[in-house]
Amino acid sequence: MKTVPVSTTINGDAAEFICAPDETLLDVLRNRMGLTGAKEGCGTGDCGACSVTLDGRLVCSCLVLGVEAEGAEIATIEGLATGDGLHPLQQAFIDHAALQCGICTPGILVAAKALLDKNPDPSETELRYWLAGNLCRCTGYDKIIRAVQAAARQMRSA
Amino acid sequence: MRYARPETATEAVGLLANEAGVTRVLAGGTDVLVQLRAGSVTPDLIVDIKRIAGLRAITPEAGGFRIGAAVSGAELGEHAALCALWPGVVEGCNLIGSTQVQGRATMAGNLCNGSPAADAVPGLVAAEATARIEGPTGPRECAVADIPTGPGKTAVQRDEIVTSIFLPARPARSGDAYLRFIPRTEMDIAVASAAVNLTLATDGTIAAARVVLGAVAPTVVLVTEAATALIGNRPDAATLATLQAACSAACNPIDDKRGTAEFRTQVAGVLAKRATLIAYARAGGSL
Repeated sequence: MKTVPVSTTINGDAAEFICAPDETLLDVLRNRMGLTGAKEGCGTGDCGACSVTLDGRLVCSCLVLGVEAEGAEIATIEGLATGDGLHPLQQAFIDHAALQCGICTPGILVAAKALLDKNPDPSETELRYWLAGNLCRCTGYDKIIRAVQAAARQMRSA
Repeated sequence: MRYARPETATEAVGLLANEAGVTRVLAGGTDVLVQLRAGSVTPDLIVDIKRIAGLRAITPEAGGFRIGAAVSGAELGEHAALCALWPGVVEGCNLIGSTQVQGRATMAGNLCNGSPAADAVPGLVAAEATARIEGPTGPRECAVADIPTGPGKTAVQRDEIVTSIFLPARPARSGDAYLRFIPRTEMDIAVASAAVNLTLATDGTIAAARVVLGAVAPTVVLVTEAATALIGNRPDAATLATLQAACSAACNPIDDKRGTAEFRTQVAGVLAKRATLIAYARAGGSL
């Protein structure tokens, strides 16, 4: 299969890669760019573990072809912390014990940030519906919801 | 597999027409990439239509809206004027998948995927939406109702692409609604669904109606007997009972893991009744 060169922006930095036309953005990020934060859970858009934003829109990177990233802006979990400082969402997940195995966590953090960028003060119902596409099989959702609410409060008062 | 990103509809159609092998049109990819992954389709050519001019736009036209084939569900939901004009159509589209899926999935893709349980389609048929289809001889217009022909099958030919869907203007005192049954609160495929589009007379009786069921037959079903039951009446208990019976009689469902034929037949009538009441209230009616 003929490979295709792609120019894109990842976490604010210009990035170039070569990929096969049927390769997913998730595989490109993990296997070609060394960005292994996005996880493969189901590979069919059901679990949200591979969540990234594409031109500001929350998407499952397993349902995007790498070649579709041409000219786009991608944001992944690796861009969430600034330098050594954790993002308030990341710190809140630690403080509220909102993760156990951690496989779903990067996707949930990316999804939660996308919501708070759009709506800094979501209701619990809005938050739970927004995160309905992010499955967690060990922590349970309640701690995750409390952590996002705590981070949102902190971000609003900052 | 090759990947092409044409900039015009003519170019896209040319690529499809000249490819002898298996082709897939890519918009949001939420069905196509799942098919690739499952190995249920191995295309020789993928034609990505998202860079074609106008395909990502929602444009006011003749009192309605023309919606480009690559507009995502999230973009539909954020368009206040479209939501105000056709709330039932938008709520159907917004029920497809998660937030992540809404960021990519398109109304036209949902239509072209050909699922009898597609959430976008009953509302579009109830709205008398039309699709503009680009083909080798130029564009043609086709009622959305005429596009699904069976599970996974549509009237869109292999060298054609849907470029936009047109939702028309609507008279005063109109409202529409869409409801589906799934065994959980979010993120599932309809077991049965119903869309209702109403226009009221000044006295509050129903002057025009379209009732459409999903997931209860090989394609969506326009139930004219149900519309007939509504016209000239208010949605009182007797009228709704007639509508419900007409809807159940129009069902021809399968038994599968999501629901039995008997359950689907029953629930489709109940959903049509409830959707009628929502559409009636949205049209400004009060019982």
